[in-house]
Amino acid sequence: MYAFDFERPTTIDAAVKALQSEEAQALGGGQTLIPTLKQRLAMPATLVSLTAIKEMQGICEDDQGRLCIGGATTHAQVAREAAGRYPALADLAANVGDPAVRNRGTIGGSLANNDPSACYPAAALASGATIVTNDREIAADDYFQGMFTTALEEGEIIIEVRFPVPQAAAYAKFEQPASRFALVGAFVARFDDGVRVAITGASEEGVFRWSVAEDALTADFSAGALEGLRLSGEGMISDLHGSGDYRAHLAGVMTRRAAAAGG
Amino acid sequence: MPQVSMTVNGKPASGEVEGRTLLVEFLRENLGLTGTHVGCDTSQCGACVVHVDGQDVKACTMFAAEAEGAEVTTIEGLAEADGTLHPLQQAFQDHHGLQCGFCTPGMVMTGVALLDRNPTPSEAEIRDYLEGNICRCTGYHNIVKAIMAASGQDVSKIAAE
Ligand SMILES: Cc1cc2nc3c(=O)[nH]c(=O)nc-3n(C[C@H](O)[C@H](O)[C@H](O)COP(=O)(O)OP(=O)(O)OC[C@H]3O[C@@H](n4cnc5c(N)ncnc54)[C@H](O)[C@@H]3O)c2cc1C
Ligand code: FES
Ligand code: FES
Repeated sequence: MYAFDFERPTTIDAAVKALQSEEAQALGGGQTLIPTLKQRLAMPATLVSLTAIKEMQGICEDDQGRLCIGGATTHAQVAREAAGRYPALADLAANVGDPAVRNRGTIGGSLANNDPSACYPAAALASGATIVTNDREIAADDYFQGMFTTALEEGEIIIEVRFPVPQAAAYAKFEQPASRFALVGAFVARFDDGVRVAITGASEEGVFRWSVAEDALTADFSAGALEGLRLSGEGMISDLHGSGDYRAHLAGVMTRRAAAAGG
Repeated sequence: MPQVSMTVNGKPASGEVEGRTLLVEFLRENLGLTGTHVGCDTSQCGACVVHVDGQDVKACTMFAAEAEGAEVTTIEGLAEADGTLHPLQQAFQDHHGLQCGFCTPGMVMTGVALLDRNPTPSEAEIRDYLEGNICRCTGYHNIVKAIMAASGQDVSKIAAE
């Protein structure tokens, strides 16, 4: 690791200020950033830890019934505390990585990183969540902009994520056993006005909505409604873990499993 | 260099660290607590698991400065002052839950964390909880068995003897 200065502010305002300095970077749970720093793939002059900021931790409900999760809330806490209100989301959090990763890793870090195989982006996109930063509110549909790319500006931090709670939902993850990330994952969420389906782990463009499946499930919310629907392997990630065609196939299987589990 | 202070195995510990000093480096190099191992250094193997404020974490994937003010427990903190082993340490010995022993500190710390939350886990729950702990010797059966035995459950039906 290259050397850097370390700051651990206790308020959002102080963190935002510290992040304005030259080459400053936010540190969430460090479960992605620390391995990156060890490989010398990042060289911040200052790391600004968000873990001591109480106002960025915890889960509550707003007056529209949305589940509001602080940006520095760990996966373990979401798994425990969202279980009653939004079981599919709690279940997703409970299956990120392993217990030690879940005790440190945060929802804000996961969404800021936007790994093409990460789980939370699928939940945020399928739920139509709102990503709240120190500066503005961003709809999930506008937030994810391709692999490791988001609408966040330099120095902007995710302070909260607001999830509308669907009537029914499920996440199906085909785990890549070495990394524990999703080889492919599908999040299906049914709302009053229709079904949303988000696929992670598959596309070279990162998480995406599978609109044909959404239409089919809106008409008939069952695994059977997806019969015969398939994605093309074109533009899907191809690597030693699986070809693009295989991932496209898995996306179909995972979506059917999620629809069956959520229905 | 910044100063960091925490409680390690019940005793106050402090020292000068760099921003980039990992918790595991602070434990091993500043405090000489070499029971916590570094297997992979890439957050995959769990040999470095310790408890920070009661939570099991990978000490290779946390900065020492993040543990400011925290209560840290390492494998050295489990046994009684008179040397009596923690029940899970004893169970690892009784059930041959280790061979080379490299993964053992992390396995035991992870097992203790599981038993704190779930005093009588099923075999499947134990295997699931050990997902982030890699052992290249035992094949895991006797580790699972030791954790079940330490929770007072019948282990006669657990796979390989
Ligand atoms: C062994 C292992 C298995 C894993 N398995 C999975 C898995 O199955 N599914 C999955 O989804 N993920 C998985 N992860 C990743 C894990 O979820 C990380 O916790 C997560 O991707 C990053 O969150 P973090 O809080 O650790 O962020 P960090 O590592 O601290 O930061 C990641 C990036 O986000 C930025 N950042 C952090 N917090 C914020 C914020 N609040 N606002 C703006 N920017 C911020 C940082 O500057 C950095 O660029 C795994 C990780 C490991 C080590
Ligand atoms: S040394 Fe920390 S996870 Fe392997
Ligand atoms: S006993 Fe050797 S690695 Fe587990």
